[in-house]
Amino acid sequence: MGAFLLQRLAGVVGVVLGMSVVIFGVVHLLPGNVAYSILGEFATPAAIATLEAKLGLNDPLPVQYWHWLSGMLRGDFGDSIVMSRPAAALIGEALGRSALLAGPALALVAVGGVALGLHAATHKGRASDTVLTLAQFVLIAVPEFFWAIVAVLVFASALHWLPATGYAPMDEAGPLGWASHLVLPILVLSLGLLAHISRLTRSSLLEVLASRYVLAARARGLPERRVLWRHAVPNALMPAITVLAIDAGLLIGGIVVVETVFAFPGLGRMLVFAIEHHDLPLLQAGMMVVTTVYAGANLVADVMYAVLNPRIRVAA
Amino acid sequence: MTALAGTMPGMRRPSVLLVGGVVLGLIVLACLVGTVWTPFEPTAFSVRARLQAPGPLHPFGTDEFGRDVLSRVLAGGYLSLATGAGAMAISLVLGVPLGLLAAFHRGWTDEAIMRGVDLLISLPPVLLGLLVLAVTPPSLWKTIAVVGLVYVPILVRLTRAVALGLLQEEFVQAARARGEGALPILWHEVLPNAWPPIIVECGLRVTFAILLGSALSFLGLGPQPPASEWGLMIAGGRDFLTQAPWICLAPGLCLCVLLVSVNLVGEGLRERLDPHHGGGHG
Repeated sequence: MGAFLLQRLAGVVGVVLGMSVVIFGVVHLLPGNVAYSILGEFATPAAIATLEAKLGLNDPLPVQYWHWLSGMLRGDFGDSIVMSRPAAALIGEALGRSALLAGPALALVAVGGVALGLHAATHKGRASDTVLTLAQFVLIAVPEFFWAIVAVLVFASALHWLPATGYAPMDEAGPLGWASHLVLPILVLSLGLLAHISRLTRSSLLEVLASRYVLAARARGLPERRVLWRHAVPNALMPAITVLAIDAGLLIGGIVVVETVFAFPGLGRMLVFAIEHHDLPLLQAGMMVVTTVYAGANLVADVMYAVLNPRIRVAA
Repeated sequence: MTALAGTMPGMRRPSVLLVGGVVLGLIVLACLVGTVWTPFEPTAFSVRARLQAPGPLHPFGTDEFGRDVLSRVLAGGYLSLATGAGAMAISLVLGVPLGLLAAFHRGWTDEAIMRGVDLLISLPPVLLGLLVLAVTPPSLWKTIAVVGLVYVPILVRLTRAVALGLLQEEFVQAARARGEGALPILWHEVLPNAWPPIIVECGLRVTFAILLGSALSFLGLGPQPPASEWGLMIAGGRDFLTQAPWICLAPGLCLCVLLVSVNLVGEGLRERLDPHHGGGHG
């Protein structure tokens, strides 16, 4: 298990390093002068030269890359150009707020998706299964920004139950006001993945229920409850757990869109802000943080899978 | 991602492909017509017709500039279709040959291709789009290229896995014994037999490609105004959501119908070509 962990950890470090080269490369090699894109079309050549010197853009690329990378290892992610603040602090705050959406959304997807999937599989062919299947079919194919708009129209504009957009800190708005701003983004973020996980759990449980060892357990006269919960469900959950971690990547994509729609000041919204304002240091740093979080999520998935599946643990 | 791995209860199997195909066909037809003819000029401002609710003259209403929403939806539909089709074409053209090469040569070619794939797959899809479109001015072809690039790793892995199996088959061994080279073997022996799972995968991926493309457009990283890409229209209509929800809802509902029909076709193809639900990849 130790060797397996070490091997996977090295893989994560490799991926993050590789991504740092890709992110740096794309930002610095694609056509478009960085200083020009920051200063805009009315920039004088002198202003561009000054900014280039300030940003260290005249150094050779490997030197610039090394400055950037070694800075990040020391916790220095560079300064946001637009906000004139250290990017690390800005990203830290935004990441915390994004976690307020991602954490509950993942929990909702894990618990709700599995519960709905188990229900559908054990009620196969009945009305509730058909309804769930059709709902999943629509949920999975419809973009988050459309759900967001529908949610705002229904719950904010028509019913006035929840605020349409924004974020309210707890010390200003109180716990209720704070929580009310989180409900719609979390719901919208969860819908597609909820459909995905419940679908997967359903087909996985159906497959297990058709297997020979379940037949054997039933033949031994075990009560159906015991067959289901002790023999079938634990095995049926394996694929759902792996996919849940892969879905963390989709969740990150969804978060960019959802935070933009709801004007929620998280990391996803910050990335879009950095793009809109050509704040390249902030963009690079934000991308690195997201990539690292994603690689970490994949690592957690691998480890969880290995813990649950002894075959992998032994083979590694 | 085997999102809809099971069958559809309450639906007869052939009808999935048929229903999806008919709806998709109608949408494609409408979008093609929309590129040459629309009831109104899709970019024509009309101050007197601002923010009109849907009615006989404007079935989908008008937007904040008095533009006919139906005409804009029709005129912009081909952009979503082009994103889906173009992105799939790119990932096929890049992914399939790379997968075949990796499977055939093994060794360091395989290693290099697969490590590159690992790297590309370790970036969440939207971020790859943000990264490229952040630095260069956004446009339709860049959105298509980025979305295509996102699905290259999945096709490389799938093609490689399928080809590895086929290369063990006797008809390939026979071709090798006849002294045929790498290209003839891959092109004449392996590829024709590798298509079904690849087509199934593409059919299911197109939905996600269109979704991703419209999300990038929605974020302002796709076609630029006054183009009427549906994601872009929804983004533009948000400011008038309570006043004139039809500006968002019309393109949004069209996008939903398109995506559900594409998904149905993908599922239908899977049931036709891959009866064992070959899943497991992805």
